[in-house]
Amino acid sequence: MGPDGQPIALEARNISKRFGGTLALDGAGISLRRGEVHGLLGENGSGKSTLIKILAGYHAPEPGGELELSGRSVPLPLAAGQPRALGLRFVHQDLGLIPSLSVLENLRLEELASARRGRISWRSERRRARETFARFGTDLDPRATVGDLPPAQRALLAIVRAVEAMPAGGVLVLDEPTVFLPEPERGVLFALVRRLAGEGSGVLFVSHDLGETSRLADRVTVLRDGRNAGVVAGDAVEPDGLVEMVIGHPVRGAVDGSRPSAGGKAEVAVRGLSGGVVSDLSLELRRGEVLGLTGLPGSGFEEVPYLLFGARACRLGRLELGVELDLPALTPDRALAAGIALLPADRSRDGAAGSLSVAANVTLPVLDRYRSGAGLDRRRLRGEVAELLAAHDVRPPQPGLAFEALSGGNQQKALLAKWLNTEPRLLLLDEPTRGVDVGARERITGAIRRLAEDGICVLCASDDHEQLVDLCDRVLIFSNGRAAADLAGAELTREGIAERCHSPSG
Amino acid sequence: MPLAQRLALPVVWLAVIGLFGALEPDTFLTAANFQNIFGSQAVLAVLTLGLLLPLTAGEYDLSVASVLSLSAMVTALLDVNEGWPIGLAMVAALACALMVGVLNGALIVLLELDSFITTLGTGAFVSGVVLWISGSATVGGISDSLVNPVITWDFLGIPLAFWYGLVLCAALWYVLDFTPLGRRLLFTGRGRSVARLSGVRVGRARFGALVGAAAIAGLAGVLYAGTNGGADPSSGADFLLPAFAGAFLGATSIAPGRFNPWGAMIAVYFLVTGVTGLQLLGVESFVQQLFYGAALVVAVAVSRLARALPRLTPGELTGG
Repeated sequence: MGPDGQPIALEARNISKRFGGTLALDGAGISLRRGEVHGLLGENGSGKSTLIKILAGYHAPEPGGELELSGRSVPLPLAAGQPRALGLRFVHQDLGLIPSLSVLENLRLEELASARRGRISWRSERRRARETFARFGTDLDPRATVGDLPPAQRALLAIVRAVEAMPAGGVLVLDEPTVFLPEPERGVLFALVRRLAGEGSGVLFVSHDLGETSRLADRVTVLRDGRNAGVVAGDAVEPDGLVEMVIGHPVRGAVDGSRPSAGGKAEVAVRGLSGGVVSDLSLELRRGEVLGLTGLPGSGFEEVPYLLFGARACRLGRLELGVELDLPALTPDRALAAGIALLPADRSRDGAAGSLSVAANVTLPVLDRYRSGAGLDRRRLRGEVAELLAAHDVRPPQPGLAFEALSGGNQQKALLAKWLNTEPRLLLLDEPTRGVDVGARERITGAIRRLAEDGICVLCASDDHEQLVDLCDRVLIFSNGRAAADLAGAELTREGIAERCHSPSG
Repeated sequence: MPLAQRLALPVVWLAVIGLFGALEPDTFLTAANFQNIFGSQAVLAVLTLGLLLPLTAGEYDLSVASVLSLSAMVTALLDVNEGWPIGLAMVAALACALMVGVLNGALIVLLELDSFITTLGTGAFVSGVVLWISGSATVGGISDSLVNPVITWDFLGIPLAFWYGLVLCAALWYVLDFTPLGRRLLFTGRGRSVARLSGVRVGRARFGALVGAAAIAGLAGVLYAGTNGGADPSSGADFLLPAFAGAFLGATSIAPGRFNPWGAMIAVYFLVTGVTGLQLLGVESFVQQLFYGAALVVAVAVSRLARALPRLTPGELTGG
């Protein structure tokens, strides 16, 4: 495969984008040849998504940026619909398919939605669809329901749909298409991508995953902090070299999972947990330990708190915390009774009913404490909630206020108070400081550390590496549903976590 | 919550009474008329109160009016045709109502079916059963030992049926506002995922709400049989729309933004007062449909436009 010397399909230069006070992109660029699979790598916040959104006409860049497509200069910003007319095609992580409709209906979605024609001949549409699939070397059944297809086939459908009417010399942008794909199924997708490049299209492959990018791409552009960190071609496209470029410093030698074992026996143990993406996970927490879970999106770490709380279906596994719980049979009310608490990431959906009062929300898990006769002792309830809110620095500490009237940080402090009020032995956290201001973040981190000092075990899933370093004694890095690395002590740094996320087995 | 908003509906109700009183002093402002309004329409009030349970828990129940018909018909058939003592006939009627509630709960909670469509279906099914068991005929001549304590005897000049409704209203108010059960029901409707993750057994709460609504609809059916001294197979269906209008209109008052018993009670009597007054003015009977239909839409629109209020539909705002 040698796209060297091929004409340039897409070249962007000096692209900047400012959001408020921060420069998401700072003079970044990319150059993509015809017939090339070009990787675009970078950490969260490196500017990858912003660059893609500018190419898609979703964001307007700062003045001074230049874009050339097949040698012709195109003025920025692009208008809606213009990228498509220029031969650019995008497939995003969510694929944009409608699961309840058939493969054929999804393939023709745009045509059907615009209803340019009065009547649809399904028979000839099916024949055309089969021909299309055959042309791209796949054998999808046009009549199958998309929701029934395995994930890889869905991804294939989304890609075929995107490139079906793409002109010669067009560019396909794949934005994190493999996040939801199990490892073995990715090969089919990669074969299609190589085939498209072989036919002369340019493919821009955006990913977090260094391993698969280095397997697939001819060249790789790395973004870091909104700037180009470098372009790598040929044999230099290999994970170890790329890690350095992505995280911005040399990898400091391979470290294995072993570390000086701290005192104390396991207070909480998870054995053989499987469910969702997670498979056969075992872990132990000592009394008062804060254990962080992280990894790339889709690696399974974000599911663990919900699996351990009975909030998401589990296939196998046991949880020991004094009592032994069978995880597939666990429900949230049983988990609560066993001394487990879960602070979910999505405050408005899972955390609190915004239209109801702070007092009602905070006391929901412990209502039986305020029973008097058949009813509720509402005066005592309000009084205790007022004290609780004051103790957790929730401002204003007014129990009667509608929950949604609190700011994000104060909502999160109130929810932490809600769960601590249940006196848990194991506290499960999912992104505990997402969307809260700096002051509240410090306050929440401090509160969790103090809990750990009081002997509560804390499990915290987060993709905020800085927070994990501030909060945790130990961090497990997930890859494909398994804990692939275990960082503690001196290895537990922001860079160390980032490094292991990108090459967990290092 | 501003007092004006909480009390708007009661004030409008008094104004409506004043208006019809001025227009029709001889017929509207009579003891007989108020006895009629409060007594005969207590059935609607009771049915509406029952509907508050599933609405609070985030579920629709469109089968309540059919359950009312079923209960009234079973009471009448067993008492009149089979010669059962009225007490036993009532127990049998309530048992039938409960069975429909359990069926609704099983379909909606265990099979995870949509409550709107499911109860539309079970309601039609139950209406069919009522026509079947009655041979599509009206059954009259029900025992006075039911008619008397429902509509003949009175307290302070108002038939006892009204007071039964009032007692039920107070009981529901206590349950919904002052007990852990009421809180759990409310969270189940407002944030199902929040409730579940807070240890509330939401399936049980929804099931209980549907069974409760059916039981109260069964009670309304017994009152209906007592009020009319018999049962007819189809007129119960006419209660469905007014009951929804009362529940939604009531949710704009007293405790705005929440389905609440006192608001529902006032809304029902406001609606009935309006319809009765218009009929006394000689307006034709189709006005009843116009009035109830418009009131339901206005109630939903008012609560939507008053931005301080959450959206008044059962179910969660954010899915999941």
